[in-house]
Amino acid sequence: MACPPAAHPSPPRQPTVKVILAAADVSRVVDRIAHQILEKTQGAADTVLLGIPTRGAPLARRLAARISTFEDVDVPVGVLDITLYRDDLRRHATRAIGPTELPPGGIDGKRVVLVDDVLFSGRTVRAALDALNDIGRPASVQLAVLVDRGHRQLPIRADYVGKNIPTSLAENVKVTLAETDGADEVKLVGGVPA
Amino acid sequence: MIRHLLSGADLDAATATQILDTAAEMATVAGREVKKLPALRGRTVVNLFYEDSTRTRISFEAAAKRLSADVINFSAKGSSVAKGESLKDTALTLQAMGADAVVVRHPASGAPHRLADWVDGSVVNAGDGTHEHPTQALLDAYTMRSRLGRLAGLHVAIVGDVLHSRVARSNVLLLSTLGAKVTLVGPPTLIPVDISAALAPGADVSYDLDAVLPGVDVVMMLRVQRERMNDSYFPSAREYARRYGLDGPRLRRLPEHAIVMHPGPMNRGMEITPEVADSPRSTIVEQVANGVSVRMAVLYLLLGGNNR
Repeated sequence: MACPPAAHPSPPRQPTVKVILAAADVSRVVDRIAHQILEKTQGAADTVLLGIPTRGAPLARRLAARISTFEDVDVPVGVLDITLYRDDLRRHATRAIGPTELPPGGIDGKRVVLVDDVLFSGRTVRAALDALNDIGRPASVQLAVLVDRGHRQLPIRADYVGKNIPTSLAENVKVTLAETDGADEVKLVGGVPA
Repeated sequence: MIRHLLSGADLDAATATQILDTAAEMATVAGREVKKLPALRGRTVVNLFYEDSTRTRISFEAAAKRLSADVINFSAKGSSVAKGESLKDTALTLQAMGADAVVVRHPASGAPHRLADWVDGSVVNAGDGTHEHPTQALLDAYTMRSRLGRLAGLHVAIVGDVLHSRVARSNVLLLSTLGAKVTLVGPPTLIPVDISAALAPGADVSYDLDAVLPGVDVVMMLRVQRERMNDSYFPSAREYARRYGLDGPRLRRLPEHAIVMHPGPMNRGMEITPEVADSPRSTIVEQVANGVSVRMAVLYLLLGGNNR
Protein backbone atom coordinates (compact mmCIF):
# COMPACT_ATOMS: atom_id res chain seq x y z
CA MET A 1 0.00 0.00 0.00
CA ALA A 2 1.27 3.43 -0.89
CA CYS A 3 1.32 6.09 1.81
CA PRO A 4 -1.45 8.71 1.58
CA PRO A 5 -0.37 11.84 -0.29
CA ALA A 6 1.10 14.67 1.76
CA ALA A 7 -1.97 16.81 1.21
CA HIS A 8 -3.96 14.48 3.45
CA PRO A 9 -1.67 13.73 6.35
CA SER A 10 -2.74 10.87 8.54
CA PRO A 11 -3.17 11.70 12.22
CA PRO A 12 0.18 11.51 14.06
CA ARG A 13 0.74 8.00 15.23
CA GLN A 14 1.70 7.45 18.84
CA PRO A 15 5.07 5.73 19.12
CA THR A 16 4.68 2.18 20.32
CA VAL A 17 5.80 1.49 23.87
CA LYS A 18 6.74 -2.01 24.90
CA VAL A 19 7.73 -2.91 28.44
CA ILE A 20 10.80 -5.15 28.31
CA LEU A 21 11.53 -5.46 32.02
CA ALA A 22 9.03 -4.73 34.79
CA ALA A 23 10.10 -3.84 38.34
CA ALA A 24 10.33 -7.48 39.47
CA ASP A 25 12.39 -8.38 36.37
CA VAL A 26 14.82 -5.53 37.03
CA SER A 27 15.48 -6.74 40.55
CA ARG A 28 15.98 -10.35 39.34
CA VAL A 29 18.41 -9.13 36.70
CA VAL A 30 20.36 -7.11 39.28
CA ASP A 31 20.51 -10.19 41.52
CA ARG A 32 21.85 -12.29 38.67
CA ILE A 33 24.54 -9.76 37.76
CA ALA A 34 25.55 -9.58 41.44
CA HIS A 35 25.93 -13.39 41.46
CA GLN A 36 27.89 -13.31 38.20
CA ILE A 37 30.27 -10.67 39.54
CA LEU A 38 30.85 -12.81 42.64
CA GLU A 39 31.46 -15.86 40.49
CA LYS A 40 33.73 -14.24 37.95
CA THR A 41 35.78 -12.32 40.53
CA GLN A 42 36.01 -15.22 43.02
CA GLY A 43 34.14 -13.47 45.81
CA ALA A 44 34.59 -9.86 44.73
CA ALA A 45 37.89 -9.40 46.54
CA ASP A 46 39.80 -6.24 45.54
CA THR A 47 36.84 -5.20 43.44
CA VAL A 48 35.42 -1.68 43.12
CA LEU A 49 32.10 -0.82 41.49
CA LEU A 50 32.01 2.51 39.66
CA GLY A 51 28.65 3.75 38.42
CA ILE A 52 28.44 6.07 35.42
CA PRO A 53 25.87 8.85 36.03
CA THR A 54 23.00 9.20 35.93
CA ARG A 55 21.54 5.73 36.30
CA GLY A 56 24.74 3.73 36.56
CA ALA A 57 25.31 5.22 40.02
CA PRO A 58 22.23 3.77 41.75
CA LEU A 59 22.71 0.50 39.85
CA ALA A 60 26.24 0.20 41.24
CA ARG A 61 24.94 0.82 44.78
CA ARG A 62 22.24 -1.84 44.31
CA LEU A 63 24.76 -4.37 43.03
CA ALA A 64 27.01 -3.71 46.04
CA ALA A 65 24.05 -4.09 48.40
CA ARG A 66 23.02 -7.41 46.79
CA ILE A 67 26.61 -8.70 46.82
CA SER A 68 26.89 -7.97 50.53
CA THR A 69 23.65 -9.88 51.26
CA PHE A 70 24.75 -12.89 49.20
CA GLU A 71 28.31 -13.27 50.44
CA ASP A 72 28.81 -10.78 53.27
CA VAL A 73 31.53 -8.77 51.53
CA ASP A 74 31.52 -4.99 51.35
CA VAL A 75 32.40 -3.92 47.83
CA PRO A 76 33.47 -0.25 47.63
CA VAL A 77 31.19 1.83 45.39
CA GLY A 78 31.96 5.07 43.58
CA VAL A 79 30.64 7.37 40.89
CA LEU A 80 32.59 8.25 37.77
CA ASP A 81 31.43 11.34 35.89
CA ILE A 82 32.61 11.18 32.29
CA THR A 83 31.28 14.50 30.95
CA LEU A 84 34.71 16.08 30.42
CA TYR A 85 35.90 12.99 28.51
CA ARG A 86 33.04 12.79 26.01
CA ASP A 87 33.93 12.95 22.34
CA ASP A 88 30.87 15.04 21.48
CA LEU A 89 31.38 17.93 23.94
CA ARG A 90 31.75 20.39 21.12
CA ARG A 91 28.60 19.36 19.31
CA HIS A 92 26.27 20.45 22.08
CA ALA A 93 25.81 23.42 24.38
CA THR A 94 28.10 23.14 27.39
CA ARG A 95 27.09 20.22 29.57
CA ALA A 96 26.94 20.51 33.33
CA ILE A 97 29.46 18.25 35.01
CA GLY A 98 28.46 15.90 37.79
CA PRO A 99 30.30 14.67 40.85
CA THR A 100 32.98 12.00 40.73
CA GLU A 101 33.23 10.11 44.03
CA LEU A 102 35.95 7.56 44.43
CA PRO A 103 35.89 5.06 47.30
CA PRO A 104 38.45 5.86 50.04
CA GLY A 105 40.76 3.01 48.96
CA GLY A 106 41.05 4.42 45.42
CA ILE A 107 41.25 2.24 42.34
CA ASP A 108 44.99 1.55 42.01
CA GLY A 109 45.59 -2.18 41.61
CA LYS A 110 41.87 -2.96 42.00
CA ARG A 111 39.49 -4.73 39.68
CA VAL A 112 37.13 -1.99 38.56
CA VAL A 113 33.64 -2.89 37.37
CA LEU A 114 32.05 -0.02 35.44
CA VAL A 115 28.28 0.01 35.78
CA ASP A 116 25.87 1.69 33.36
CA ASP A 117 22.23 1.32 32.42
CA VAL A 118 22.35 0.96 28.62
CA LEU A 119 25.22 -0.11 26.36
CA PHE A 120 24.69 1.39 22.91
CA SER A 121 27.45 2.96 20.77
CA GLY A 122 30.17 2.23 23.34
CA ARG A 123 31.30 5.86 23.37
CA THR A 124 30.34 6.41 27.00
CA VAL A 125 32.45 3.43 28.00
CA ARG A 126 35.39 4.70 25.98
CA ALA A 127 35.10 8.04 27.81
CA ALA A 128 34.95 6.18 31.12
CA LEU A 129 38.12 4.25 30.27
CA ASP A 130 39.89 7.53 29.50
CA ALA A 131 38.66 9.02 32.78
CA LEU A 132 39.91 5.97 34.71
CA ASN A 133 43.29 6.41 33.11
CA ASP A 134 43.63 9.87 34.64
CA ILE A 135 42.48 8.79 38.07
CA GLY A 136 44.69 5.77 38.65
CA ARG A 137 45.80 2.41 37.37
CA PRO A 138 43.32 -0.39 38.01
CA ALA A 139 44.53 -3.99 37.69
CA SER A 140 41.66 -4.69 35.30
CA VAL A 141 38.42 -3.13 34.13
CA GLN A 142 35.12 -4.89 33.51
CA LEU A 143 31.75 -3.62 32.36
CA ALA A 144 28.29 -4.39 33.70
CA VAL A 145 25.16 -3.07 31.98
CA LEU A 146 21.46 -3.52 32.63
CA VAL A 147 20.63 -3.51 28.90
CA ASP A 148 22.71 -4.12 25.78
CA ARG A 149 20.86 -2.74 22.77
CA GLY A 150 23.55 -3.33 20.14
CA HIS A 151 24.74 -0.90 17.43
CA ARG A 152 28.28 -0.60 18.75
CA GLN A 153 30.51 2.01 17.10
CA LEU A 154 33.64 1.00 18.99
CA PRO A 155 35.23 -2.37 19.80
CA ILE A 156 33.73 -2.61 23.28
CA ARG A 157 31.73 -5.40 24.91
CA ALA A 158 30.16 -5.93 28.31
CA ASP A 159 31.26 -8.60 30.81
CA TYR A 160 27.88 -8.69 32.52
CA VAL A 161 24.64 -8.05 30.62
CA GLY A 162 21.24 -7.89 32.27
CA LYS A 163 19.25 -8.19 29.07
CA ASN A 164 20.12 -8.16 25.39
CA ILE A 165 17.48 -6.20 23.48
CA PRO A 166 17.66 -6.28 19.69
CA THR A 167 16.66 -2.79 18.51
CA SER A 168 16.51 -0.70 15.40
CA LEU A 169 18.21 2.68 15.37
CA ALA A 170 14.78 4.35 15.24
CA GLU A 171 13.91 2.86 18.59
CA ASN A 172 14.77 4.16 22.03
CA VAL A 173 15.50 2.17 25.17
CA LYS A 174 14.16 3.98 28.22
CA VAL A 175 15.39 2.87 31.62
CA THR A 176 13.81 4.24 34.77
CA LEU A 177 14.95 3.43 38.29
CA ALA A 178 13.28 4.01 41.64
CA GLU A 179 16.15 6.20 42.88
CA THR A 180 16.15 8.59 39.92
CA ASP A 181 12.70 8.29 38.34
CA GLY A 182 10.39 6.82 40.96
CA ALA A 183 9.96 3.31 39.52
CA ASP A 184 11.99 0.45 38.02
CA GLU A 185 11.23 -0.26 34.38
CA VAL A 186 12.86 -0.83 31.01
CA LYS A 187 10.81 0.16 27.96
CA LEU A 188 11.33 0.06 24.22
CA VAL A 189 9.90 3.24 22.67
CA GLY A 190 9.36 4.03 19.01
CA GLY A 191 9.77 1.74 16.07
CA VAL A 192 6.57 2.95 14.41
CA PRO A 193 5.78 0.46 11.63
CA ALA A 194 5.98 2.07 8.19
CA MET B 1 25.43 29.87 28.90
CA ILE B 2 26.84 33.34 28.46
CA ARG B 3 29.43 33.99 25.76
CA HIS B 4 31.69 36.49 27.54
CA LEU B 5 32.41 37.16 31.19
CA LEU B 6 32.89 40.91 31.40
CA SER B 7 31.09 41.96 34.56
CA GLY B 8 29.75 40.54 37.79
CA ALA B 9 26.40 41.76 36.49
CA ASP B 10 26.57 39.32 33.53
CA LEU B 11 25.77 36.50 35.93
CA ASP B 12 22.32 35.71 37.24
CA ALA B 13 22.01 33.61 40.38
CA ALA B 14 21.56 30.35 38.45
CA THR B 15 24.61 30.86 36.22
CA ALA B 16 26.79 31.99 39.13
CA THR B 17 25.74 28.96 41.16
CA GLN B 18 26.47 26.70 38.20
CA ILE B 19 29.99 28.16 37.98
CA LEU B 20 30.57 27.62 41.71
CA ASP B 21 29.26 24.03 41.55
CA THR B 22 31.42 23.29 38.51
CA ALA B 23 34.41 24.80 40.31
CA ALA B 24 33.83 22.44 43.23
CA GLU B 25 34.16 19.48 40.83
CA MET B 26 37.20 21.03 39.15
CA ALA B 27 38.83 21.36 42.59
CA THR B 28 38.93 17.56 42.93
CA VAL B 29 41.30 17.42 39.94
CA ALA B 30 43.98 19.15 42.04
CA GLY B 31 44.11 16.08 44.29
CA ARG B 32 44.48 13.55 41.49
CA GLU B 33 47.51 11.81 40.11
CA VAL B 34 47.01 13.32 36.65
CA LYS B 35 45.98 16.95 37.19
CA LYS B 36 44.58 17.33 33.71
CA LEU B 37 41.24 17.07 31.97
CA PRO B 38 40.82 16.76 28.19
CA ALA B 39 37.79 19.07 27.94
CA LEU B 40 39.44 21.96 26.04
CA ARG B 41 41.88 19.98 23.90
CA GLY B 42 42.67 21.87 20.73
CA ARG B 43 41.29 25.17 21.99
CA THR B 44 43.50 28.23 22.30
CA VAL B 45 43.35 30.63 25.22
CA VAL B 46 45.26 33.91 24.95
CA ASN B 47 46.26 35.74 28.11
CA LEU B 48 46.39 39.38 27.01
CA PHE B 49 47.88 41.38 29.86
CA TYR B 50 48.39 45.12 29.54
CA GLU B 51 49.10 45.41 33.27
CA ASP B 52 51.50 43.58 35.51
CA SER B 53 49.94 40.68 37.32
CA THR B 54 51.35 37.53 38.73
CA ARG B 55 48.61 35.65 40.47
CA THR B 56 45.78 36.31 38.04
CA ARG B 57 47.82 35.49 34.95
CA ILE B 58 49.36 32.35 36.46
CA SER B 59 45.97 31.31 37.76
CA PHE B 60 44.36 31.60 34.32
CA GLU B 61 47.33 29.85 32.75
CA ALA B 62 47.15 26.95 35.19
CA ALA B 63 43.37 26.71 34.71
CA ALA B 64 43.61 26.61 30.91
CA LYS B 65 46.46 24.08 30.98
CA ARG B 66 44.63 21.78 33.40
CA LEU B 67 41.81 21.69 30.85
CA SER B 68 44.33 20.85 28.09
CA ALA B 69 43.90 24.13 26.20
CA ASP B 70 46.85 25.71 24.42
CA VAL B 71 47.89 28.89 26.19
CA ILE B 72 49.53 31.90 24.59
CA ASN B 73 50.80 34.53 27.01
CA PHE B 74 50.91 38.03 25.67
CA SER B 75 52.14 40.86 27.82
CA ALA B 76 52.22 44.42 26.57
CA LYS B 77 55.84 44.85 27.55
CA GLY B 78 58.18 43.71 24.81
CA SER B 79 55.38 43.29 22.25
CA SER B 80 54.14 45.42 19.36
CA VAL B 81 52.05 47.30 21.89
CA ALA B 82 55.28 48.94 23.05
CA LYS B 83 55.66 50.08 19.45
CA GLY B 84 52.24 51.69 19.52
CA GLU B 85 49.86 49.01 18.24
CA SER B 86 46.27 49.73 19.18
CA LEU B 87 44.04 47.38 21.15
CA LYS B 88 41.92 46.80 18.06
CA ASP B 89 44.87 45.79 15.87
CA THR B 90 46.14 43.48 18.58
CA ALA B 91 42.66 41.99 18.82
CA LEU B 92 42.52 41.38 15.06
CA THR B 93 45.92 39.70 15.23
CA LEU B 94 44.70 37.36 17.96
CA GLN B 95 41.56 36.72 15.96
CA ALA B 96 43.65 35.74 12.94
CA MET B 97 45.62 33.32 15.10
CA GLY B 98 42.39 31.60 16.04
CA ALA B 99 42.05 32.45 19.71
CA ASP B 100 38.98 30.73 21.17
CA ALA B 101 39.15 32.83 24.31
CA VAL B 102 40.93 36.03 25.24
CA VAL B 103 41.61 36.69 28.91
CA VAL B 104 42.29 40.40 29.13
CA ARG B 105 43.64 42.72 31.78
CA HIS B 106 43.79 46.37 30.83
CA PRO B 107 44.37 49.64 32.71
CA ALA B 108 41.42 51.28 30.92
CA SER B 109 37.97 50.58 32.32
CA GLY B 110 35.78 49.06 29.62
CA ALA B 111 38.59 47.76 27.38
CA PRO B 112 37.32 44.13 27.57
CA HIS B 113 33.86 45.30 26.48
CA ARG B 114 35.35 46.91 23.37
CA LEU B 115 37.43 43.81 22.72
CA ALA B 116 34.33 41.64 22.86
CA ASP B 117 33.01 43.45 19.76
CA TRP B 118 36.15 42.74 17.77
CA VAL B 119 36.87 39.07 18.33
CA ASP B 120 34.75 36.00 17.61
CA GLY B 121 35.96 34.13 20.66
CA SER B 122 34.93 34.53 24.27
CA VAL B 123 36.36 37.44 26.26
CA VAL B 124 37.06 37.08 29.97
CA ASN B 125 37.69 40.25 31.92
CA ALA B 126 40.67 39.71 34.19
CA GLY B 127 40.55 43.23 35.59
CA ASP B 128 39.92 46.49 33.73
CA GLY B 129 41.00 49.78 35.26
CA THR B 130 38.99 50.63 38.34
CA HIS B 131 35.96 48.86 36.93
CA GLU B 132 35.54 45.10 37.34
CA HIS B 133 37.29 41.81 38.04
CA PRO B 134 34.52 39.20 37.88
CA THR B 135 36.57 36.02 38.32
CA GLN B 136 38.00 37.44 41.56
CA ALA B 137 34.45 37.96 42.80
CA LEU B 138 33.58 34.38 41.82
CA LEU B 139 36.56 32.93 43.66
CA ASP B 140 35.75 35.06 46.70
CA ALA B 141 32.17 33.78 46.64
CA TYR B 142 33.47 30.23 46.22
CA THR B 143 35.78 30.65 49.22
CA MET B 144 32.98 32.04 51.39
CA ARG B 145 30.67 29.23 50.39
CA SER B 146 33.21 26.52 51.09
CA ARG B 147 34.21 28.03 54.48
CA LEU B 148 30.78 29.08 55.72
CA GLY B 149 28.53 26.68 53.80
CA ARG B 150 26.26 29.27 52.19
CA LEU B 151 26.10 32.70 50.61
CA ALA B 152 22.48 33.74 51.07
CA GLY B 153 22.11 35.81 54.21
CA LEU B 154 25.84 36.31 54.81
CA HIS B 155 26.96 39.77 55.90
CA VAL B 156 30.15 40.81 54.12
CA ALA B 157 32.16 43.93 54.94
CA ILE B 158 34.40 45.19 52.13
CA VAL B 159 36.98 47.49 53.70
CA GLY B 160 39.34 50.03 52.17
CA ASP B 161 39.81 51.76 48.85
CA VAL B 162 36.41 51.01 47.35
CA LEU B 163 36.73 53.94 44.96
CA HIS B 164 39.56 52.43 42.94
CA SER B 165 38.77 48.77 43.52
CA ARG B 166 37.54 46.58 40.67
CA VAL B 167 37.45 43.70 43.14
CA ALA B 168 34.97 45.58 45.33
CA ARG B 169 32.75 46.48 42.40
CA SER B 170 32.49 42.94 41.04
CA ASN B 171 32.01 41.55 44.53
CA VAL B 172 29.16 43.91 45.35
CA LEU B 173 27.37 42.93 42.13
CA LEU B 174 27.87 39.19 42.49
CA LEU B 175 27.28 38.92 46.23
CA SER B 176 24.03 40.86 45.96
CA THR B 177 22.90 38.54 43.17
CA LEU B 178 23.64 35.56 45.39
CA GLY B 179 21.74 36.97 48.34
CA ALA B 180 24.53 38.21 50.61
CA LYS B 181 24.41 41.62 52.28
CA VAL B 182 27.36 43.91 51.68
CA THR B 183 28.60 46.82 53.77
CA LEU B 184 31.28 49.04 52.24
CA VAL B 185 33.66 50.48 54.81
CA GLY B 186 36.38 53.09 54.31
CA PRO B 187 37.28 56.73 54.64
CA PRO B 188 34.68 58.96 52.96
CA THR B 189 37.24 60.03 50.35
CA LEU B 190 37.60 56.44 49.15
CA ILE B 191 33.93 55.51 48.91
CA PRO B 192 32.20 56.83 45.79
CA VAL B 193 29.14 58.98 46.39
CA ASP B 194 25.91 57.11 45.69
CA ILE B 195 27.71 53.81 45.19
CA SER B 196 24.94 51.77 46.76
CA ALA B 197 22.35 53.37 44.53
CA ALA B 198 24.48 52.85 41.43
CA LEU B 199 25.63 49.29 42.08
CA ALA B 200 23.46 47.46 44.52
CA PRO B 201 20.44 48.90 46.25
CA GLY B 202 21.03 46.63 49.24
CA ALA B 203 24.60 47.69 49.98
CA ASP B 204 25.25 49.80 53.07
CA VAL B 205 28.06 52.29 53.58
CA SER B 206 29.88 52.88 56.85
CA TYR B 207 32.89 55.01 57.77
CA ASP B 208 33.44 53.26 61.10
CA LEU B 209 35.10 49.84 60.90
CA ASP B 210 34.82 49.11 64.64
CA ALA B 211 31.06 49.54 64.57
CA VAL B 212 30.67 47.10 61.67
CA LEU B 213 32.98 44.27 62.80
CA PRO B 214 30.85 42.55 65.48
CA GLY B 215 27.99 41.84 63.05
CA VAL B 216 29.77 40.42 59.99
CA ASP B 217 30.49 36.91 58.70
CA VAL B 218 33.23 37.96 56.28
CA VAL B 219 35.71 40.86 56.30
CA MET B 220 37.28 41.48 52.92
CA MET B 221 40.27 43.81 53.15
CA LEU B 222 41.21 45.69 49.98
CA ARG B 223 44.75 46.64 49.11
CA VAL B 224 45.67 50.28 49.57
CA GLN B 225 47.39 51.00 46.31
CA ARG B 226 50.72 52.65 47.04
CA GLU B 227 50.31 55.21 44.30
CA ARG B 228 47.22 56.52 46.12
CA MET B 229 49.07 57.16 49.36
CA ASN B 230 50.42 60.45 48.10
CA ASP B 231 47.14 61.53 46.55
CA SER B 232 45.82 62.87 49.88
CA TYR B 233 42.80 60.57 50.08
CA PHE B 234 43.82 60.16 53.73
CA PRO B 235 46.24 62.13 55.94
CA SER B 236 48.90 59.46 56.46
CA ALA B 237 49.49 55.75 56.10
CA ARG B 238 49.64 55.42 59.89
CA GLU B 239 46.31 57.08 60.36
CA TYR B 240 44.77 54.84 57.71
CA ALA B 241 46.17 51.74 59.39
CA ARG B 242 44.91 52.96 62.79
CA ARG B 243 41.33 53.53 61.58
CA TYR B 244 40.85 50.99 58.79
CA GLY B 245 43.60 48.39 59.21
CA LEU B 246 42.68 44.94 60.49
CA ASP B 247 44.86 44.07 63.50
CA GLY B 248 44.76 41.49 66.31
CA PRO B 249 42.38 43.36 68.66
CA ARG B 250 39.95 44.00 65.79
CA LEU B 251 40.18 40.34 64.71
CA ARG B 252 39.12 39.29 68.23
CA ARG B 253 36.08 41.55 67.99
CA LEU B 254 34.75 39.55 65.03
CA PRO B 255 32.19 36.80 65.60
CA GLU B 256 33.82 33.42 66.24
CA HIS B 257 33.03 31.93 62.80
CA ALA B 258 33.92 35.01 60.74
CA ILE B 259 36.66 34.80 58.12
CA VAL B 260 39.17 37.35 56.81
CA MET B 261 39.78 37.68 53.07
CA HIS B 262 42.19 39.68 50.95
CA PRO B 263 42.50 39.56 47.14
CA GLY B 264 46.26 40.11 47.31
CA PRO B 265 48.88 41.37 47.01
CA MET B 266 48.87 42.51 50.64
CA ASN B 267 50.57 45.49 52.23
CA ARG B 268 51.39 43.88 55.56
CA GLY B 269 51.23 46.50 58.29
CA MET B 270 49.02 48.78 56.24
CA GLU B 271 45.52 47.39 55.74
CA ILE B 272 46.26 44.07 57.47
CA THR B 273 48.77 43.08 60.17
CA PRO B 274 50.88 39.92 59.81
CA GLU B 275 49.14 38.47 62.86
CA VAL B 276 45.79 38.62 61.05
CA ALA B 277 47.10 37.64 57.62
CA ASP B 278 48.69 34.46 59.00
CA SER B 279 45.86 33.51 61.37
CA PRO B 280 43.79 30.38 60.66
CA ARG B 281 40.77 32.60 60.03
CA SER B 282 42.44 34.21 57.06
CA THR B 283 41.59 32.55 53.73
CA ILE B 284 44.21 34.38 51.70
CA VAL B 285 46.16 31.32 50.52
CA GLU B 286 42.97 29.33 50.01
CA GLN B 287 41.67 32.09 47.73
CA VAL B 288 44.63 31.56 45.41
CA ALA B 289 44.02 27.80 45.16
CA ASN B 290 40.29 28.36 44.66
CA GLY B 291 41.10 30.85 41.90
CA VAL B 292 42.39 28.06 39.67
CA SER B 293 39.27 25.92 40.17
CA VAL B 294 36.91 28.83 39.54
CA ARG B 295 38.76 29.88 36.39
CA MET B 296 38.70 26.28 35.15
CA ALA B 297 34.94 26.33 35.63
CA VAL B 298 34.58 29.64 33.78
CA LEU B 299 36.75 28.53 30.85
CA TYR B 300 34.96 25.19 30.62
CA LEU B 301 31.50 26.72 30.70
CA LEU B 302 32.45 29.37 28.10
CA LEU B 303 34.41 27.11 25.76
CA GLY B 304 33.49 23.51 26.57
CA GLY B 305 30.48 23.20 24.33
CA ASN B 306 29.13 24.65 21.16
CA ASN B 307 27.54 27.82 22.51
CA ARG B 308 27.38 29.82 19.33
